[in-house]
Amino acid sequence: MDTTLRITSARAGRAFVAEIEKVSGQKLLACYQCGKCSAGCPMAAHMDILPNQMIRMAQLGMRDQLLAAKSIWMCVSCLTCNSRCPKNIRIAEVIESLRLSVLRTAKRDDHLEIMELSPEARAVLPPIATISAMRKLTS
Amino acid sequence: MGNENKPMKLAYYPGCTLKNHAANFDVSTVSSMAKLDVEVEELERWNCCGTVHALGSDNVMNRVAPITNLVRVKEAQASEFMTGCAMCYNTLKRANIDVKSRADALETINNFLSLENTKYEGDVDVLHLLEYLRDRVGFDNLSKKVTKPLKGLRVACYYGCLLVRPKEVAFDNAENPMVMENLVRALGATPVDFSHKTECCGAYQTVDKPDVIADRTDKIVGSAQGERADLMVVSCPLCAFNLDFRQDDSKRLNPDFQNMPVLYFTQLMVLAFGCDEQALRFDLQHIDPLPALKARGLA
Repeated sequence: MDTTLRITSARAGRAFVAEIEKVSGQKLLACYQCGKCSAGCPMAAHMDILPNQMIRMAQLGMRDQLLAAKSIWMCVSCLTCNSRCPKNIRIAEVIESLRLSVLRTAKRDDHLEIMELSPEARAVLPPIATISAMRKLTS
Repeated sequence: MGNENKPMKLAYYPGCTLKNHAANFDVSTVSSMAKLDVEVEELERWNCCGTVHALGSDNVMNRVAPITNLVRVKEAQASEFMTGCAMCYNTLKRANIDVKSRADALETINNFLSLENTKYEGDVDVLHLLEYLRDRVGFDNLSKKVTKPLKGLRVACYYGCLLVRPKEVAFDNAENPMVMENLVRALGATPVDFSHKTECCGAYQTVDKPDVIADRTDKIVGSAQGERADLMVVSCPLCAFNLDFRQDDSKRLNPDFQNMPVLYFTQLMVLAFGCDEQALRFDLQHIDPLPALKARGLA
């Protein structure tokens, strides 16, 4: 992805950074971009922005780009990134807080429509799959 | 471990999927534990645990479902209970750890459950079946109950995510857990080392992105095939669904993909302990395990 980063002392996006840090319980500035999270991520091949890039963009308060990213809905909280981060940042918590930023708005922009699946596709799914998907992807 | 006359009782939380798609996990657990003189007692009025731990630091609502189950454990006069499902284990254990460190969240949940006669006070322990077998039964004791050693059977032990992550719930090493390998060795089988044993299967993306799961299953099962495993064992009904039922999709994605049966580790105990074959419920498998077992003279 082509992204131009302009680092300034301006406070745009500061409220968003504070919200993400509060809901995730993580200190975003602890990240020094080693990239271990993205290297081990099983979903990286299906992401448009990699986990280390998500953290960098979150530090910079790049709200609109992050909330429009496909990646935040691809992460399944497998916690491989969390367990390998040398700075003990819980990256999966940060990504969950990004999903919540979308799901907790009045628009309630759900990212799964179970009823759009064919009856055949629905019939084979065990409850453990549908319940977990709805808990993570819908409001 | 109890003696022949007086089986040990153990409170048991099966979880939703063990009552339908993964009934083979449920019956094989109950049946194999009976051979170990452990009588598993299913909790009364248990409910869905919620399947996943909500990661938001301000979340209280999603802890209500798991904590209600811990109230049921107390009602059963127990201070600990066991579950075999990796997702239930993770969700129940994390909720328990969370409310123990957040008095305000626990109070909110108890207020919400005000119609219950029992208050939750952080006084129940959550155990996974593998942890129970290793630490309470002991693999040496367990191997004494083996009547039909699974000789020559090459088994890939797949852990996935939730038994080993995060570290506060893990009961084995996060990068190279060995508890299942040690179990299958005690059953007489040969565990194989393969690269993808703690790699995520893609979990609930299976609901609307089966192509993503096809890719994960191709890589995970493929790495076990590379080590000439006869079959794979798991502890999670969602892993089982993705790794077993999505193999047709993997085959479409990669024509060189080779099928492999995926069993619950408890089904191997049923085989090795010589339990009633009804407890295997192979009718619920997608890839038939019988050819692989017959090839080793085990069926």
